[in-house]
Amino acid sequence: MGRKLLLKDINVPGIKSFEVYRKQGGYASVEKALKTMSPDAVVEEVKKSGLRGRGGAGFPTGMKWSFIDKKSEKPRYLICNADESEPGTFKDRFLMEYIPHALIEGMIVSSFALGAKTSYIYMRGEFRWIFPILEKAIEEARAAGFLGKNILGSGYDLELYVHSGAGAYICGEETAQIESLEGKRGNPRNKPPFPAIVGLYGCPTVVNNVESIAAVPHILNMGGDEYAKIGIGKSTGTKLISASGHINKPGVYEIELGLPVEEFLNSDEYCGGVWKGRKLKAVIPGGSSVPILPADLFLKNAKGEARLMSYESLADGGFASGSMLGSGGFIVMDETACIVRNLWTFARFYHHESCGQCSPCREGTGWMEKVLHRIEHGHGHMHDIDLLVDVAKKIEGNTICPLGDAAAWPVASAIRHFREEFEYHIKYPEKVMNPKHFEIEPFRSEKNLVMA
Amino acid sequence: MIKVTIDGINTEVPEGTTILQAARQIGGEIVPPAMCYYSTLKNSGGKCRACLVRVAAGSAKDPRPMPKLVPSCITMAQDGMVVENITNPQVLETRKGVVEFLLLNHPLDCPICDQAGECDLQNFAYEHGMAKTRYEEERRTFDPIDIGDKIKLHMNRCILCYRCTYVADQLTDNRVHGVINRGDHAEISTYIEKAVDNEFSGNMIDVCPVGALTDKTFRFKQRVWFTKPLDAHRDCPKCSGKVVLWTKGNDVLRVTARKDQYGEVKEFICNECRYDHKDMSHWTVEGPRHIDRGSVISQNHYEKVDLVKLKKDVERQLKFQEGKRLEQTNNSAE
Ligand SMILES: Cc1cc2nc3c(=O)[nH]c(=O)nc-3n(C[C@H](O)[C@H](O)[C@H](O)COP(=O)(O)O)c2cc1C
Ligand code: SF4
Ligand code: SF4
Ligand code: SF4
Ligand code: FES
Repeated sequence: MGRKLLLKDINVPGIKSFEVYRKQGGYASVEKALKTMSPDAVVEEVKKSGLRGRGGAGFPTGMKWSFIDKKSEKPRYLICNADESEPGTFKDRFLMEYIPHALIEGMIVSSFALGAKTSYIYMRGEFRWIFPILEKAIEEARAAGFLGKNILGSGYDLELYVHSGAGAYICGEETAQIESLEGKRGNPRNKPPFPAIVGLYGCPTVVNNVESIAAVPHILNMGGDEYAKIGIGKSTGTKLISASGHINKPGVYEIELGLPVEEFLNSDEYCGGVWKGRKLKAVIPGGSSVPILPADLFLKNAKGEARLMSYESLADGGFASGSMLGSGGFIVMDETACIVRNLWTFARFYHHESCGQCSPCREGTGWMEKVLHRIEHGHGHMHDIDLLVDVAKKIEGNTICPLGDAAAWPVASAIRHFREEFEYHIKYPEKVMNPKHFEIEPFRSEKNLVMA
Repeated sequence: MIKVTIDGINTEVPEGTTILQAARQIGGEIVPPAMCYYSTLKNSGGKCRACLVRVAAGSAKDPRPMPKLVPSCITMAQDGMVVENITNPQVLETRKGVVEFLLLNHPLDCPICDQAGECDLQNFAYEHGMAKTRYEEERRTFDPIDIGDKIKLHMNRCILCYRCTYVADQLTDNRVHGVINRGDHAEISTYIEKAVDNEFSGNMIDVCPVGALTDKTFRFKQRVWFTKPLDAHRDCPKCSGKVVLWTKGNDVLRVTARKDQYGEVKEFICNECRYDHKDMSHWTVEGPRHIDRGSVISQNHYEKVDLVKLKKDVERQLKFQEGKRLEQTNNSAE
């Protein structure tokens, strides 16, 4: 059993309520921070912990906090990014739904560290049912004196609001989220300036993922140095992984970073192996935006070393033979999965979700989707494959926000590793007419298949 | 003052100058094209990505190159910065890509488009585009609509530069239009049952780089290159009153604000000047308008028709059309 922090008490009956959460030791970090620590000391502990942002980019949280402009007289804001909409990622939802107080507690100590007097939780519009859960948790915390004026007699005031989005993936991008929170169309901003200097209402702002914020109380309780001992190398602590696809036990798991991928995939404590006794074909380890890896390169890196669930190990090999831990959306595909179809589905998503501000992403996402649709439905040409690679290349790095990259990377990696499968679709249009074509007749490429 | 080098040419500019403005100060070939930036509209720029350049050295203090191409229209020049525009193949390749993206869903309309001859997209595509498109899907289409009694919107031609929304925000007292929907289905639209009707709304037409917003009182009256532009002014209590009259004989066909060599209006005009004084006697004519942009009208005929040039213009238009037409071979068997 790996170390559990965030989900340690998930099975305690009534953990949703303030009473039970408190009885399990909840809100201890608020008492510790507000009564015995300075805001800067809290930032220092988070720096020492080595915690890296759990929203996808993995940027060190303590460092991000230390960038916030404290010199200006302007108010500072903390926004919790609860817009979780990346296909394959559903860990924040799980946390907020089942242990809402973990997030509220994290918001209080993190806001204290940043000197924010007003903080927001920006929640994905589709999470309608979680809205009242968080509102209730906030009311309970307020009633117990953990929110509002003069919290625990420390003189620190904090108001916490939950804001519901309206159903746009792009509002998960931090600057689009800020625009949306300001009541505007959720278009990402050009950077610089960065939110730490000019954020919400033109004031210094930090945007952090739900899981990043929920990890802070644990860091304060055990101390940053102690937290840094969990995990491996620069991948410290525990991470929530939402596992889906062709596995026996899909769900949300908390792992200690550094767990071998093979153990995560096959052990009964976690995914329980590929379902139906089938072979593993490919894995997308960090949500739809990260490069797909064929089974062989997923289990072992290009040097033949076993991969671990960590930021570094999954990225080993760069984009040529590696991927990313991303947001922890772990998508598994067995031998009957069609890479082209899967890619088309993702392309459709990015086409639908592009905000349309910059021309490469606005036009390129739609173009890639249409070409992929054609290939998957047996109307592709051989030159379409290189066309896709070129369009992805023309988008990547040339857009305002990373959604363009997120749309381009999966295309580039799928073609890099599964080119034969694209060619097959073009050569045998009659065979791919049926959407379940690879269930009927699995596509075999000796290169990629690995015995489960 | 800070020193910047663009494509090997040194210049000095005040601190807080963008790379694009520094390049414009040098002038000529090395000026990056701009399809969304508009110097007189605050917050404009950063969207079309036509102006992307490479920064080979960030500044004298930190001479590292920037990892990605940057939009020159909103990126500040730094002391000692070294910029590559037309000297960098990656920049040119990316720009070709931007042309292709902008034309992807753009109609094959030039011959019937009121903007032809004074269209930034046409010029941009001609100068930076590739010979043919690789797009073989269906274009998304919208029907043209009136967004006020004087302005027609051809959404098919819109490149979503957002300039018209900044005009509405910054020049009129109440914006009643904006962008709805997302991605390549985003469109310019008025708020429900609202019409654009404001004393300065006509400037939206002038800032629109393409034929998406056009003057209904001028549409289809005349191809722009058969008209004669005159600088003129009148005493106007609302605006500068400095305009260009687009005339034929003694008729005033259209009134617009004056654009500089980068297509930018520095002094916006009111709707009264634009629509209500189409009479030569209302104006003091200063003389012929000098149009020095590389557009079709710049080669026009103030006194007599230059047939050779006209032929070139037509050929250029045809070539542009040709470029957008699909290669027949696309459907051949593989
Ligand atoms: C298109 C797009 C969507 C994103 N969606 C989310 C999201 O749903 N949740 C999230 O935490 N971060 C999301 N991000 C990343 C955020 O911009 C930001 O980096 C993150 O919230 C920072 O938090 P962290 O440092 O705690 O990871 C998204 C980024 C992009 C470009
Ligand atoms: S990359 Fe896409 S989503 Fe991001 S700003 Fe540009 S158009 Fe919008
Ligand atoms: S390129 Fe310009 S002139 Fe041609 S159709 Fe488009 S907007 Fe009109
Ligand atoms: S209508 Fe014209 S000015 Fe407005 S966004 Fe479209 S192209 Fe730009
Ligand atoms: S002009 Fe710079 S991005 Fe459009």
